[in-house]
Amino acid sequence: MNSKQTAFIYTEEFLHYSFHEEHPFNQNRLLLTKDLLEMSGALCQDQIIEPQLIDEKWLYAVHSNDYVEAVKQASNGQEIDQHKYGIGTHDTPGFKHMYEASLITASGSLEACYQVLSGKVKHALNIAGGLHHGFPTRASGFCIFNDIAIAIQYIRKNYNLKVLYIDTDAHHGGDGVQQCFYDDPNVCTVSFHETGRYLYPGTGKISERGIKGGFGYCFNFPLDAFTEDQSYLEVFKESIESITEYFKPDIIISQHGVDTHALDPLTHLHCTLHIFEEIPKIINKLAHKYCDGKWVALGGGGYDIWRVVPRAWAQLWRVMNDDQIFEGKINLDWLDKWNKLAPFPLPLRMARL
Amino acid sequence: MLVKDIMKTDVITLTANATVEEALHLLQKNHIRHIPIINESNHVIGIISDRDVRDASPSFLEEHNNRGGILTRTIKEIMSTPVVTTHPYEFFEEVASIFYQKEFACLPVVRDKQLVGIVTEKDMLYAFIQLTGTHSPSTQLEIKVPDQIGGVLSDVCQYFTKRNIKIVSVYSYPDPPKDVVYKILVFRIQTMNPMPVVKDFQNTDYQILYPYWEDNHEF
Repeated sequence: MNSKQTAFIYTEEFLHYSFHEEHPFNQNRLLLTKDLLEMSGALCQDQIIEPQLIDEKWLYAVHSNDYVEAVKQASNGQEIDQHKYGIGTHDTPGFKHMYEASLITASGSLEACYQVLSGKVKHALNIAGGLHHGFPTRASGFCIFNDIAIAIQYIRKNYNLKVLYIDTDAHHGGDGVQQCFYDDPNVCTVSFHETGRYLYPGTGKISERGIKGGFGYCFNFPLDAFTEDQSYLEVFKESIESITEYFKPDIIISQHGVDTHALDPLTHLHCTLHIFEEIPKIINKLAHKYCDGKWVALGGGGYDIWRVVPRAWAQLWRVMNDDQIFEGKINLDWLDKWNKLAPFPLPLRMARL
Repeated sequence: MLVKDIMKTDVITLTANATVEEALHLLQKNHIRHIPIINESNHVIGIISDRDVRDASPSFLEEHNNRGGILTRTIKEIMSTPVVTTHPYEFFEEVASIFYQKEFACLPVVRDKQLVGIVTEKDMLYAFIQLTGTHSPSTQLEIKVPDQIGGVLSDVCQYFTKRNIKIVSVYSYPDPPKDVVYKILVFRIQTMNPMPVVKDFQNTDYQILYPYWEDNHEF
């Protein structure tokens, strides 16, 4: 295993991004994933990089001053305008120190970009990131700061590279990331998601193709409820390969929401673990073919944090690290440790289901 | 919603003495399909559609030397008159019925005999898109409810209030179309996690129309 190739961005502080006990967005999944990787011997200590806290100025590359100010106020327990800033809602309740938790999350994604672009590693993964719904002026859909848009701005401003953004979350990330770069021909956004007919946020139609100079650099693939592996992968592989060939990116940023799984409580796609093995493999191949390997992968949605997320993200890391996947039985120590806390029996195998 | 809320106020007009050629040029340049014809007092005295102008235009297959004469004829000869107009304080749904009944797609908006705006099929469709709430991030829930007196709508809405979920839009339609017993309420609600509220509804007589997955036991 080449430990120099890949960075795993992690700090305990990521776990502070927590709305409340009952909220479906639960960052304990990071702990479950990291634990699974370590116990399976697939993650070495020298690969784990603690993110440097970023300068606040990077927030302003995407977000408005008054919104950042509002997040700070909510973070201190002050009352803010719920309707204007989207904080305090059912989806995105305020919580103590939410500013710090959101800032460290965004810092993780910038650290991942820095690790790759400074040539320290080929790939970097921040599973705490991928908060694609964040708007420039308001929180939305569990997302406070849009770490992806901030990371892309960081790449555009510091390195002037062409960025291919691939979003495989079941929810369309169009209100956030797509909108931020809708007129930019140097950022190509591609999203595969459940159709917005019923599902939040309702956007992501095939007709959303970008505007002005950015026309033709935005692609959307809405998939019907109950779509299964074979159809999903057929759509994904064929389109992402031709889009990458057409766009010829310098770096790939991918968002790995894993709420496309059949067990996910919030969505209606019907895929299995199999797509979470295939998606990273395909992206990995493209990153090496077109970008000299430069690939930053981020987390995203995923609300079955016990049966789906740890295995799915473990496979992602494994592919990034050595282009292999885990097969066979799941680590027994991990099962013993977490089965006690899980609300239902954990799966016994890495693949299937 | 009133006509004044959906109409365009920068209206492209012509006078009755303008030529067919001018009309043709205006239609093409501005990508529009209707031109109200006004007099010197800004009164609407006629209207032409792109079809009127095209009917009056020489065929592009025709020899070039015949074209000139026709193109210099005046609008007065081809405009429709009198003109059906509407008022800025008319309801927008009234405009929809006029479009539907009269089978055209444009109404000049007139107040105190003055032309103040124009409303077309496209403005109408835009208004309907706004009504359905699909322009704002939200989840769609359709709820089948009995069509009766008894606070059904307010009762349904309580469930959203209880979960602190904002309603982005709501509309209703009969189900089935001719049945008077049930109605479907269509809500767009501002949440990415509708499951708690969907579960709340499962314990009621209201039926949620929403993509349901099969039982998980198959895994």
